[in-house]
Amino acid sequence: MTNNYIIEAENLTKKFGHFTAVDSISFSVKPGEIFGFLGANGAGKTTAMRMLCGLSIPSSGKATVAGFDVFKQTEQIKKNIGYMSQKFSLYDDLTVTENINFYGGIYGLSKSKLKEKTEYLIDLLKISDARNKLLVSLPLGWKQKLAFSVAIIHEPKIVFLDEPTGGVDPITRRQFWDMIYEASHNGVTVFVTTHYMDEAEYCNRVSMMVDGRIASLDTPDNLKKEYNADNMHEVFVKIARGK
Amino acid sequence: MNSVIIENISKSYGDVLAVDDVSLTIEKGEIFGFIGPDGAGKTSLFRMLTTLLIPDKGNATVEGFDIVKDYKKIRSAVGYMPGRFSLYQDLTVEENLHFFAAVFGTTIQENYNLIKDIYVMLEPFKNRKAGKLSGGMKQKLALCCALIHKPKILFLDEPTTGVDPVSRNEFWDMLGNLRKEGITIVVSTPYMDEANKCDRIALMQKGKIMETDYLKNIISRFPRKLFAVKSDGMFVLLNELREYQFANSVFSFGDSLHYSDSRENVTKDNILEYLNTKNHGNISIEEIEPNIEDCFMDLMSK
Amino acid sequence: MKRFFAFVVKEFKHILRDYRTLLILFGMPIAQILLFGFAITNEIKDAKIAILDFSKDNVTQEISNKILSSGYFLLYKNLNSIKDIEPAFKEGIIKEVIIFEQDFSKNLSKSNLANVQIIADASDPNLANMLIGYTSSIILDYQKDLSSGKSLPPLINTDIKMLYNPNLKSVFMFVPGLMAVILLLVSAMMTSISIAKEKELGTMEILLVSPLNPLQIIVGKVIPYFFIALINYIIVIVLAKFVFLVPINGSFALLVLESILFLITSLSLGILISTISNNQQTALMISLSALMLPTIILSGYIFPIENMPLPLQIISNVLPAKWFIIIVRGIMLKGVSFSYIVVETLVLVGMTLFFILLSVKKFKIRLE
Repeated sequence: MTNNYIIEAENLTKKFGHFTAVDSISFSVKPGEIFGFLGANGAGKTTAMRMLCGLSIPSSGKATVAGFDVFKQTEQIKKNIGYMSQKFSLYDDLTVTENINFYGGIYGLSKSKLKEKTEYLIDLLKISDARNKLLVSLPLGWKQKLAFSVAIIHEPKIVFLDEPTGGVDPITRRQFWDMIYEASHNGVTVFVTTHYMDEAEYCNRVSMMVDGRIASLDTPDNLKKEYNADNMHEVFVKIARGK
Repeated sequence: MNSVIIENISKSYGDVLAVDDVSLTIEKGEIFGFIGPDGAGKTSLFRMLTTLLIPDKGNATVEGFDIVKDYKKIRSAVGYMPGRFSLYQDLTVEENLHFFAAVFGTTIQENYNLIKDIYVMLEPFKNRKAGKLSGGMKQKLALCCALIHKPKILFLDEPTTGVDPVSRNEFWDMLGNLRKEGITIVVSTPYMDEANKCDRIALMQKGKIMETDYLKNIISRFPRKLFAVKSDGMFVLLNELREYQFANSVFSFGDSLHYSDSRENVTKDNILEYLNTKNHGNISIEEIEPNIEDCFMDLMSK
Repeated sequence: MKRFFAFVVKEFKHILRDYRTLLILFGMPIAQILLFGFAITNEIKDAKIAILDFSKDNVTQEISNKILSSGYFLLYKNLNSIKDIEPAFKEGIIKEVIIFEQDFSKNLSKSNLANVQIIADASDPNLANMLIGYTSSIILDYQKDLSSGKSLPPLINTDIKMLYNPNLKSVFMFVPGLMAVILLLVSAMMTSISIAKEKELGTMEILLVSPLNPLQIIVGKVIPYFFIALINYIIVIVLAKFVFLVPINGSFALLVLESILFLITSLSLGILISTISNNQQTALMISLSALMLPTIILSGYIFPIENMPLPLQIISNVLPAKWFIIIVRGIMLKGVSFSYIVVETLVLVGMTLFFILLSVKKFKIRLE
């Protein structure tokens, strides 16, 4: 495998008993790319993402993430990635600074670095008034933005986002994507799943999973041309229904 | 004829005002959508209308019954699908349906025609435990259970949240069929694009209703001209448009940016002129009709 | 009625499909009673004893030798006065003291009557019981040897005294407490958890927005656990009676009726707990900390109430299990009739009514 790709998967497969959740998928992601990972519920997105995060050992195939093998080097993978999802974000019963300190701490940031990062984030998100408030009292949109910032606090090479904007209002959703763009601009690779099809358009490339396989993978523009569709929503519906 | 009348209803939990002085009416037989993000107060409002919560202020009627005094009558007249998947995971599809039918004093056979279209999709899995169904299937089963007693009005709290676009489309098709049966359908959703599946919508944010109307009326009230702008460097374009002195709002929308201007008589040439001073290739600017999300964001920033 | 029936059927399905909980529900009572029954040692070897011999004649010497050569006992020390007894026990090594009165041999030959006293440490009641049994039978044996061929047999009067646990609690005494704990656990804890589960899963929302009324929901929840608790109860009684030979001296019908009363008390407690807990975890914690622990420690199940400090004795009065244990011990062991346990029964009835009233008042027909 070459070093030009930050994620490379080849015939990656995961079986649970007789059920094949992920069926021999192959793809590669370039550094700094925003890679959209779409598919219907139960198409195998979560399973595939878990394997790439080093949380689940594949049944067969091979893959590297940030240069590390998903079979043998899962610990190194975990150090080099960030992860955020709609369901799991931050601790509601800790304050903003406590959350930042905790996550910075588990990734082994030094005290001075942690302090610097904390100030930077609070400034960036304009939440200095709320720094000592419990997270539970903050609006969902703020929490999600903070969660993203915390997910990349240790400056990982790749960040995995699992439906990061579910239920968020449209303005915050866009502010969230501004943050994704900035991270990508700074060289962080973004691997994202979403159910908002307009967000699929923001990705550099989009893959569509159907029944454990990657049915399509291309830039949003090319996909729209290929499926003769006006927007990604139509593309999604056409692919998921088998054209 | 009104199915739901809400007058100045408020509800708070401690210091948090979840529903703030909401008034509106829902007509019989329409699909009415409450659209707004999480925390807008949709669930609290639904729980008041389904008699699960008592409002702090104001009053409301459902099918002519008061939501506080006549709660028992409302409970046998409505079908309710709460936000979370709320069926028994350890019972099979068929058992769940039988149970809810019996609870409402009816049988599956009696109202089969109402759920037939949905149930045929579930039938192959009828002996599977509900906990083992996929997201879209669970949602269909929950709808069947809410429909089994042939309610006059159906409250569906975020039925499509977390469901993929294809299943969402199917779900809305089912609701369209139910509407033909004369059932009033009240839905809440955080997905703005589902607004066009409803007859009328209410846009909710922070406990307040920002607008209630037909989608096209809300769109026609958008106060400014709106342009879709594209270029080769979208991220740079976004920042540069935001720095433009006449910019009112700039938001990404799929593959383009939606730009609204603070001047009344702005033309696309004005904007092009500005962008030409910057370094952009392949600039395209087009005046467009706003969509629901544009309206929502505009109302939000008021 | 059809609604209600459907509800009960659904409840049974939940219970029967949860194999793990079911296993615990039925396995636990059996395990507990077997533990209590068998864990208590029933074999004695080399138990250390002390002898206080005021007579020191050849008869007492013979009896002592006979006892010590039996293989069951070892002489730890000889005592010289009554006041040595207490410190000897306090050392914690000896289990029994044998005291021969003055002029033992003389009394026996003169008046054909001599006295020997056996004092045992009954803090391990079963052991004490057995030691005393063994000792007395050895003495009796000796007496038989003496009396062979005599017209007027000499009589050695054995006076037995139990220290530290005068009532001699044993496996017999544990059974009533065990019944209380099992009934409480199955009915109160499981009912509260199962109602809390509906709240946690969100299904309570749908049930509330349905024509089922709260009473139907509550009674529907309670019925399956009523039957499970009853089955458990029968298992315990059968094991107690036929494996451990615990007597049921009083009326069996009365015992069952009183147990059903306590079952209802426990169920109403379970409902009360469920009205104040919103998820299974809270229900479990409240059941364990507010019901199970006090019941095990304070109800007289393991530790005798009369030996507790006064404040704890007073607190123990609010535990339904305390009253139930008194009732069951009365019926099973003492064979008393209803007239002796009227007060206790009335206390349980009162508590039940109180819990039911309180839960009906607290049960929400809405979500808050």
